[in-house]
Amino acid sequence: MCGIAGFVGGQDAPDATRATLERMIHTLRHRGPDGFGYHVGEGVGLAHARLAIIDLATGQQPIRNERGTVWTVLNGEIFNYRELRQALEVQGHVFYTHSDTEVIVHLYEQYGDDFVDHLNGQFAIALWDAGRRRLLLARDRTGIRPLFHATAGGRLWFGSEVKALLAVLPQLGALDPHGVAQALTYWGVIDPGTVFQGVQSVPPGHVLALEADGRRSLRCYWDWEFPELRDGRISRPFASIDEAASALCELLVDAVRLQLRADVPVGAYLSGGLDSSGVVALIRHYTNNPLRTFSVAFEDAEFDESDFQARMVAHLGTDHTTLRCTRRDIGEAFPQLIEHTEAPVLRTAGVPLMLLAGDVQRHGFRVVLTGEGADEVFGGYDLFKEAKVRRFWARQPGSTWRPRLFERLYGYLAHSPVANAAMAQSFFGRGMEHRHRAVFAHLPRWTTSQRALAFLSPAWRAELEGWDPLAAFEATLPEAIHRWSPLARDQYVEAHSLLASYLLPMQGDRPAMAHSVEGRFPFLDHRVVEFGNRLPDHWKIRGLTEKDVLRRALAGLLPEDIRRRTKQPYRAPDHGSFFIDGEPLDYVADVLGGDSLREAGYFDPERVGRLFDKCRRGQAIGFADNQAFVGILSTMLVHRQRVRREQVV
Amino acid sequence: MSAELPRITADIRAYILENLMFSDDGSVLADDASLLEQGVIDSTGVLELAMFLETQFGISVRAEDLLPQNFDSVNSMAGFVQRATAGRAAAAV
Repeated sequence: MCGIAGFVGGQDAPDATRATLERMIHTLRHRGPDGFGYHVGEGVGLAHARLAIIDLATGQQPIRNERGTVWTVLNGEIFNYRELRQALEVQGHVFYTHSDTEVIVHLYEQYGDDFVDHLNGQFAIALWDAGRRRLLLARDRTGIRPLFHATAGGRLWFGSEVKALLAVLPQLGALDPHGVAQALTYWGVIDPGTVFQGVQSVPPGHVLALEADGRRSLRCYWDWEFPELRDGRISRPFASIDEAASALCELLVDAVRLQLRADVPVGAYLSGGLDSSGVVALIRHYTNNPLRTFSVAFEDAEFDESDFQARMVAHLGTDHTTLRCTRRDIGEAFPQLIEHTEAPVLRTAGVPLMLLAGDVQRHGFRVVLTGEGADEVFGGYDLFKEAKVRRFWARQPGSTWRPRLFERLYGYLAHSPVANAAMAQSFFGRGMEHRHRAVFAHLPRWTTSQRALAFLSPAWRAELEGWDPLAAFEATLPEAIHRWSPLARDQYVEAHSLLASYLLPMQGDRPAMAHSVEGRFPFLDHRVVEFGNRLPDHWKIRGLTEKDVLRRALAGLLPEDIRRRTKQPYRAPDHGSFFIDGEPLDYVADVLGGDSLREAGYFDPERVGRLFDKCRRGQAIGFADNQAFVGILSTMLVHRQRVRREQVV
Repeated sequence: MSAELPRITADIRAYILENLMFSDDGSVLADDASLLEQGVIDSTGVLELAMFLETQFGISVRAEDLLPQNFDSVNSMAGFVQRATAGRAAAAV
């Protein structure tokens, strides 16, 4: 895990190029504290900040091929590098390190731009072909590692985080109303957009090529694909769900085995849910890796899962550390999180994960495996089940018993009226006319979150005049999606909205990298994703039981109560973290003050003031108010930190 | 119509404008508009309204009262409050 930065174009002297690269890469020191490396060529510069995990002795980057005509820098890991190296050596390639990174340059020599197809990993890659004077920027399939780029002064600039670009391109710092509106609606900005004008991301599963003559191409080499329905069904890849579960278990064992590859100790997060417990159990039963686990516990019982964590620790006998997190901890560390996310967030849940990464680092670990991705691949979210009930109900809108399934779905939300059948029917019964649209499942979520747009200033609302969030998202979807099953459609939208734009960056890469910790996600091994995508809907969600095939795959490895446990969404206290005894934390009062809001110009100070007072009084109990408050506060922090270049503490 | 109803309606309107719509522009909220349809309340927003009605009007809202016909518009809430207060007065007699 590391940070990368660089540029192509221009005619600077080597010293000037090196100085530019240093300014960029020094902003990414947290991603790679073990040293910097540079390649300076004519009209090109590559920089690397290293977090040494594989090949501690000789793995310094940039890495070159035998003749020094191909250079690369990598942020991430290539898990199948040993198998790739073996095959490449047979083909005559000569290696000079033991690093996973080196397979990239030889694969490129062997297969050209298709080298990415051979990689099993989580990566952001810059590759410079000096002979053909072309640059490739490649990103892993699901978007685990970030990669941004911008064009300015006749050059293409790139970096693992936007701050590396802004270090040398201060003119790019302005916030983009459409980017912010997307973040406040979909929870994240849809690739290749960002909240910064002039800055784009390389989308997951894509390669951006810049040729010597200035031509650019963006190629998709992988995407979440699902089988097409024939007469309402897909052909089954296995004779039975139990046969599929058995094959899945074998695949997960291999994914975990690959992802444990490191020359430093590897730990794991243990939330107490099915997914992380499953990963830890697989490590226990199928590898010799010492079991070192970490978890977060909350003072608020509403969010706390420590009983389940303790149950798994006892069951598997792990050496475990629990970080206890208070509301004040979350509120005080929030600006640090936004310093790393460089984008608005709608929830505070990234903060405990950032603090946990700090704990992991203090205990001498720099790699952890987590259960991220299982909900997307095997249909774990309430949103999927909710959509299933809504579609079932929509087939007979007059039915009085069908909507009562919501009571089962949300029975555990003791404090929510959605457990009340009549209100649930009213809330979830909205938007039924959209049931044939690919974004149908996401309407309730986006309807709630986009209430934050009402707080935008008149000037920004005018900028967004005519913007239709549903149509805008649908414009990004593949045509084939309408021939997929309902759950497949929902999964695709989820993978390209919440997973790629929110969970992986805001709760995955950035909070962990804040403390130089690399998260690894066996459920996002692309073989596991492709396996899950081939399965019929009812093998993933049986009735209203989510992740059925995964539960079966983990049979015998977990205590039955953990294996059968209904998913509890990971959340942390939101607006309550920013007020202590009714008084706002100092920076909150400052950033959300009338003068501050007027200076920035994004939000209506009067409206925000009312929301602020409501939160201060402790009366903001709904999701919409909480998300709006956190979204506005984080947008204003991005403004202070990135636009005004201030430090907020 | 009870003389109380306009006052109840006005109180509920003011609360929703101030606390759920964060606005002082009365034209954005019609008394018979569906709060769910307009996205003014989400799946948890109704709890907040129940809390307000109990505090403001001294009534008791039971779980079985959390129905769309009682909570989905300013008018439906005002009617609910009026019935609840009338019931309370009748019980006192």
